Amino acid sequence: MKALICIGHVPDTTSKIKFTDNDTKFDTTDIKYIIGPYEELALTRLLDLRDAGTDMHITTVTVGTQETEPTIRKALAMGADDAVRVNAEASDNLFIAKQIAEVFKNGDYDIIITGKESIDYNGGQLEGMIAEFLNLPSVSGASKFDIEGDKILLEQEIEGGTLKLEASFPFVVSAGKGFCPEPEPRIPNMRGIMTARKKPLQVVEPVAKEAVTEIIKYHLPEPKPACKMIDPDNVEELVRLLHEEAKVI
Amino acid sequence: MAILIYTQNYDGKFKKSVFELVTYGVAVAKELGTKVTAVTTGKPDTEILKELGKYGAEKVISITNEELNDFSAQAYAYATEQVAKKINADLIIFGNNPYGRAIAPRLSVKLNAGLAAGVTALPSSVSPFTVKKRVFSGKAFADVVIKSETKIITLNQNSYKVEENPVDITIEEFSAEIPEGAYAVKPVEIVKSSGKMSVTDAEILVSGGRGLKGPENWGMIEEMAEILGAGTSCSRPVSDLDWRPHEEHVGQTGKVVAPNLYIAIGISGAIQHLAGVNGSKVMVVINTDPEAPFFEAADYGIIGDAFEVVPKLNEAFKKFKAEN
Ligand SMILES: Cc1cc2nc3c(=O)[nH]c(=O)nc-3n(C[C@H](O)[C@H](O)[C@H](O)COP(=O)(O)OP(=O)(O)OC[C@H]3O[C@@H](n4cnc5c(N)ncnc54)[C@H](O)[C@@H]3O)c2cc1C
Repeated sequence: MKALICIGHVPDTTSKIKFTDNDTKFDTTDIKYIIGPYEELALTRLLDLRDAGTDMHITTVTVGTQETEPTIRKALAMGADDAVRVNAEASDNLFIAKQIAEVFKNGDYDIIITGKESIDYNGGQLEGMIAEFLNLPSVSGASKFDIEGDKILLEQEIEGGTLKLEASFPFVVSAGKGFCPEPEPRIPNMRGIMTARKKPLQVVEPVAKEAVTEIIKYHLPEPKPACKMIDPDNVEELVRLLHEEAKVI
Repeated sequence: MAILIYTQNYDGKFKKSVFELVTYGVAVAKELGTKVTAVTTGKPDTEILKELGKYGAEKVISITNEELNDFSAQAYAYATEQVAKKINADLIIFGNNPYGRAIAPRLSVKLNAGLAAGVTALPSSVSPFTVKKRVFSGKAFADVVIKSETKIITLNQNSYKVEENPVDITIEEFSAEIPEGAYAVKPVEIVKSSGKMSVTDAEILVSGGRGLKGPENWGMIEEMAEILGAGTSCSRPVSDLDWRPHEEHVGQTGKVVAPNLYIAIGISGAIQHLAGVNGSKVMVVINTDPEAPFFEAADYGIIGDAFEVVPKLNEAFKKFKAEN
């Protein structure tokens, strides 16, 4: 089986977010980048399945400039076999999805896996868009993922319960919480890092697709007024404030 | 010009979040000088469909296909596309929920329509069409311009106040053409959950963290939720340790919530936790450690031991509820 997994290059979850150029650009100074947490979860699951005996070739795909390569190498060091980078600035989602759909078409992959959402632009749109470009079935935010022969067994959290699903290849899925049941972080060791340097990382140029969305300005949330402290021996005061001042009870 | 609103019903009923979408859509329609049409599936009763008129939808298209009783993102995208084309929709609005997240991206490809996901306010401009959306997990917002002729947005829950605006509503039935192969994903079984209020629907959430020491101490949390008619949620370690079910986990890697009131008890307020709750209108923190980062984010705080403060607070809430 050949899996194509989208690896996002995103700011570390503890990053302090700042903007430059009159709040039109994300300020990358001092930002540490990581593999998107949901993509890392998905990759960990694929590696677990492979370790447990599923025959699998894992290719990562990233739409991004050369700056994303350390993140891609990390995915290779975790255990992915090879990588494709589409050499373009990742901005508009339809553009990104189109690029990934093209990579899929040019290889003989059986499945595309993305994270449920990127933690920077919080789109959560990729898997649906990629699937639609390829006219393939998809499931978003799967909370369980198993492969049994030529069947894919999935679960999805829905209103009021859990939906169990069955699908076959080729298929597109995005990973939500639970995708990897007991995620043991795969921290690459020295050997992993050394071999990752030699694994193939193919750079391809993007296909044309006009961007239909554009971010024109960023804002930071309004600074909150200081927290009002309430004496633990006077909890009635909290009840009063929630009712009269905040008007939430 | 027309606005189409995707209104999901659950077992034939609409939830408050749908009325929020309609209210929002009507406000945008005013700006654009147009009207709002809703679309739904599963043939809810006429009386239920009419509820959408109470919030200002002038028309609802009820898709009658039996096969849509099972969800398939592909099939739903086909059906919604046909309705959008039929009414010449130039703006399509979904809730930022599992249905919206599954259908909207596919529709965006079908209609080559720019999609802004996780919108939190009315458009700041209709030409160019500019909306505000949540980015960097709530640490910032971005103004996004959608340039395509047809536009799609998904609205974050609890970001717009529901308001009644009664109009006469026309109900129209519609049978969509759904190609074979749109049901490639087969539902096998639905496992019902506890039936408790889902964390994303709750208007008040009482949330517990590792500071509560163990699952046996959740009685007072549930009691508070009961008194306030609230839902319960928790931090990640709490669900990782199986003290609480996974559907209660909120934060960057859990559910993103935006209740009117979020009460955090024994939660330190790590940045990844706050990323899932920073959209709450009002936040209260109860923590023994005055240095806990949650105090920086909260509106009201009590420095104290949860095991002493919470029982007292429950009594005070009870007294308040009895009097109001
Ligand atoms: C990539 C990534 C993603 C993550 N995603 C999430 C996420 O989605 N959600 C999430 O919650 N976390 C997430 N985390 C984990 C996060 O960093 C914190 O570790 C976690 O939120 C801490 O949970 P906590 O506050 O319950 O526990 P702790 O940090 O252990 O805090 C317990 C708090 O309870 C207080 N306390 C102790 N005893 C009492 C008492 N008797 N009364 C009152 N207070 C008391 C303590 O002072 C302390 O502040 C993520 C981490 C990473 C790296």
